[in-house]
Amino acid sequence: MEADKTKTGQKHTTIDKRETVICVSGLKKSFGTKEVLKDINLDLRKGENIVILGRSGTGKSVTIQCIVGMLKPTEGSVKVFGREVSELSDEELKEMRMKIGFLFQSGALYDSMTVRENLEFPLTRVLKLTDQAEIDKKVEEALESVGLLDAIDKLPSDLSGGMRKRAGLARTIIVNPEIMLYDEPTTGLDPITSREISDLILNIQKKLKTSSIIITHDMECARIASDRVVIMDDGKYIAEGTFDELHKSKNEIVKSYFLDIS
Amino acid sequence: MEEEVMIPAWKKWFEAIGDQVAFFFKFFKNIFVGGFEWSEFVRQCFEIGYRSLMLVGITSFIMGVVLILQLRPTLVAFGAASMLPKTLSVSFIREIGPVIIAIICAGKIASSIGAELGSMKVTEQLDAMEVSGANPTQYLVVTRIIATTIMVPILSIFGDAIGLFGGFLALNIRDSISFQLYFTKVIAALDFTDFIPALVKTIFFGFAIGFVGCYKGFTSNKGTESVGIAANSAVVTASLWIFVIDAIAVQVTSLLFYK
Repeated sequence: MEADKTKTGQKHTTIDKRETVICVSGLKKSFGTKEVLKDINLDLRKGENIVILGRSGTGKSVTIQCIVGMLKPTEGSVKVFGREVSELSDEELKEMRMKIGFLFQSGALYDSMTVRENLEFPLTRVLKLTDQAEIDKKVEEALESVGLLDAIDKLPSDLSGGMRKRAGLARTIIVNPEIMLYDEPTTGLDPITSREISDLILNIQKKLKTSSIIITHDMECARIASDRVVIMDDGKYIAEGTFDELHKSKNEIVKSYFLDIS
Repeated sequence: MEEEVMIPAWKKWFEAIGDQVAFFFKFFKNIFVGGFEWSEFVRQCFEIGYRSLMLVGITSFIMGVVLILQLRPTLVAFGAASMLPKTLSVSFIREIGPVIIAIICAGKIASSIGAELGSMKVTEQLDAMEVSGANPTQYLVVTRIIATTIMVPILSIFGDAIGLFGGFLALNIRDSISFQLYFTKVIAALDFTDFIPALVKTIFFGFAIGFVGCYKGFTSNKGTESVGIAANSAVVTASLWIFVIDAIAVQVTSLLFYK
């Protein structure tokens, strides 16, 4: 990365030569007359964890939805693995999505299926695995990695909020994604469970060598899981840097995020 | 303050029609693309068919009983009490059975599909399926629409049989007729031009129920109240379609068979 100048006036002098897996430039997204994203520029490099902070309604989730092709940008470019997402055919989009894991805020477990069936779903429908022994092994490994093996035959309605998030995470990582997108992974959880989820995010980055974008309001999660933090306000990025750099920022908006951090 | 863009009602109506046509082609394309979800299809047949048997059976039985009790005084007044089995069988098989059973299925099945898919949309399950690279149309829509298209005619045949049996019991309240004689009269009154068009239209009823339920669920908004709206509008729209299809079917049948 060539000396990214942050809007806070700080500079990262580290040269990052890692491959760019996601490149967003000049991204704008409007719904009717409401302009949600005004000018988003973001590079995610291989093996990097970026945390996006921002108030509710500033367009954080819209950004990752544009990245994964759920929403079409009004203007600008979103490239994943060097390919323009809006130009991909249905089949190419499906192939791209197979390399991306998306953890939803609620976990989004299929509530008519048990945890086991939830995890089997991407294996049989996306990876098209047919060997039941291999499927069982992968399911058990994924659940073990999130510490949820005991709940394998439970329905989502029998799980707590933290367990649902962990089951959702297991379902996402079971296909070995290269990129992980987390939409508020710790929202609604108690501090201990939040910390466990943040540690899991970090473990997944180390174990699977994933690159991640994490959307959160949780500063502890940002501190634990981030290599780089981006702060969004009113559809634009207002600051970018490491957690410690932004912690020392003089910008009033940036400072407001770090008020409770010693 | 931002200016709200008002979209005229007629434009919204045409947009909705366009959406439904696009949804139909998406469904049609996904029947042939990729593998068919047999296990989900069988599960849906069980949910839609088996779990509706009791409701369809009770409703049809009552309809058979009520029709005989209502028809009897009029036919007796004309000295045509012996025509009761024939009148019941023709009216029940041609019209009352298929339509009433389809309306019952619209209330039970279309609402349940609309609510289930609407709820999946609200809880981001549809999005999760899509971003994982799986095909929600193939898994959720194709299986449900084909299951309703197959199960509603079967439920209709079952309901017809129960309704005619109800008629037999009702007839025996005041009169006395043997089971064998009653069903001989019922069957003798019918030919293929009664049975086949009725069966064909129930296939369309089943398709309409599944299609409307899936469309309303898939296109619901993301608020909690939209689940109720999806279920409610699925029932209303499916019921309306049943009457429209019935009106068309009557015209087509008249042109083809009753010149």
